[in-house]
Amino acid sequence: MSEIRTETMTVNMGPQHPSTHGVLRLVLELDGEIIQSVMPTIGYLHTGIEKTAEQKKWQQVVPLVERMDYLAAQSNSLAYVLAVEKLLGLTMPQRVNDIRVLLAELQRLASHLIWLGTHAMEIGAVSMLFYAVRERELLLNINELIAGFRFFPSYFRIGGLREDLPRGFHEAVNAFLDRFPGKIDEFEGLLTKNDIFRRRTEGVGALTLEQAFQWGLVGPIARACGSDYDVRKYFPYCGYESYDFKIPTATEGDVYARYRVRVAEMRESVKICRQAIQRISPTGAWACDDTRVVPPPKDKVYTEMEALIQHFLIYSQGFTVPAGDAYVPVEGPRGEHGCYVVSDGTNRPWRVKMRAPSFMAIQALPTIVQGGLIADVVAVIGSNDVVMGDCDR
Amino acid sequence: MESAAVIEILQSAVPGAAYEVGLSVDMPTIYVPAEHLVATCGVLRDLPTLQFNVLVEVTAADYLPREPRYEVVYHLLSVPNRQRLRVKVRVGANGSLPTVQSIWRGAGWPEREVWDMFGIVFDNHGDLRRLLMPEDWEGHPARKDYPVQIRKAAQTYEPLEVSEAEFRANIERDRLKRTH
Repeated sequence: MSEIRTETMTVNMGPQHPSTHGVLRLVLELDGEIIQSVMPTIGYLHTGIEKTAEQKKWQQVVPLVERMDYLAAQSNSLAYVLAVEKLLGLTMPQRVNDIRVLLAELQRLASHLIWLGTHAMEIGAVSMLFYAVRERELLLNINELIAGFRFFPSYFRIGGLREDLPRGFHEAVNAFLDRFPGKIDEFEGLLTKNDIFRRRTEGVGALTLEQAFQWGLVGPIARACGSDYDVRKYFPYCGYESYDFKIPTATEGDVYARYRVRVAEMRESVKICRQAIQRISPTGAWACDDTRVVPPPKDKVYTEMEALIQHFLIYSQGFTVPAGDAYVPVEGPRGEHGCYVVSDGTNRPWRVKMRAPSFMAIQALPTIVQGGLIADVVAVIGSNDVVMGDCDR
Repeated sequence: MESAAVIEILQSAVPGAAYEVGLSVDMPTIYVPAEHLVATCGVLRDLPTLQFNVLVEVTAADYLPREPRYEVVYHLLSVPNRQRLRVKVRVGANGSLPTVQSIWRGAGWPEREVWDMFGIVFDNHGDLRRLLMPEDWEGHPARKDYPVQIRKAAQTYEPLEVSEAEFRANIERDRLKRTH
């Protein structure tokens, strides 16, 4: 009988693998089914958005940054818009802030639904994807209502919003908020106590809080390790300090803890949305009153010379932003989304950089999966909720 | 905590380093000389009054034609103290700076990205390879003197009719003059 072969085996996973959430490539070194080492390769979705942004006018960058993290478009644009507004020194009317909070939370729900559906599907619960996407459809309908675009609404603009809320907005949001908590119960009924799901997730891919911070992981992953760090509580923006909500945490740091944190986050998001929609009046201020940035109303453009000139300037040259730099973080669905903006005092950005939570999560992947089984890689990638558009930009 | 207060704490912990206050509108900003970067970051992480335990990101900006040309920017976060800090390092055209992976392990990929995009070398990094761009890529795309529109003559399509010089001239003509 021949000798048992003991060398390790190298397996290439991705970039066209359905469970790599896009085009992530992993080179796995395996000893049987145990993972010896992992080398992630990224960059397949690099589109040079940050470089492109330097050629655009300030307002034209909003649709660009929305295409980075394509599952949480409005989280990107919110960070960008807040960073530029910080340089301009603008403050928004209360109503604009409330609408931004509402849309950012709906965006979080939409992103978490895709996470829940794909994550559960990858570890066996295929039907979860259909239930999750069915609810997300309602959120995309709301996007279509406000902007005519389902994925990338570009509804947040520097200086406020694109236009006022459409008719039927409150009805659509309230109908969703009335329906959704029952659906979260259904999702949890399918998964939380499901024996197969728990065996695939409990104790898998565990991370300590110390490790999470060392690797720059802030967001749901750190909260599943016991941290209560959330940008909305620690560095409130858009008036989050006036909302009543909790930060769900867990202490185990494994895949199952991340699942519980994110599901609890969805319930908290619904609470925030309910408070926000009650504060928002059907009509009212939808932009600040700074004439440098916000074009004058159309009736004035047609009747007043100054308004016509201002309108023409804003749409041809754009506006200038005072020289300087600003970094504004927002709590995105995947963790801290931040936008670092540098201005040289002209009408085009000098540099735009997005801080991508998926980028950091993939960097930490070898630490999380090393020593585990190859089947757990899929569970860990799903629970880290990586989006390659966010990672590669 | 103001930038000056951070510098005061740092100066007693790292003797001989010349720190500078940076202008900012959002968070305290300090300039750190490259040779004192690692010692400074160690103090920033470990001193109980500072405790910047998370490196949020590393990025850079190219200020061509200013000299020194680059600024490498580190955004730090102290979860226990609810504090943020921006650390900037000025780097010249062919300059380099040390890696801070010994302080925050997560610095590896962000530094690799900065090298990939700007060509700024991080000494003792250990894994300074292309991250976002293909391995055989020439040049560093985020530099201001890197061609924006055309890298080389397209091989499978008709060449574009707008030259790089024309495209740049259009952008420059359109770029408003500095306001101050």
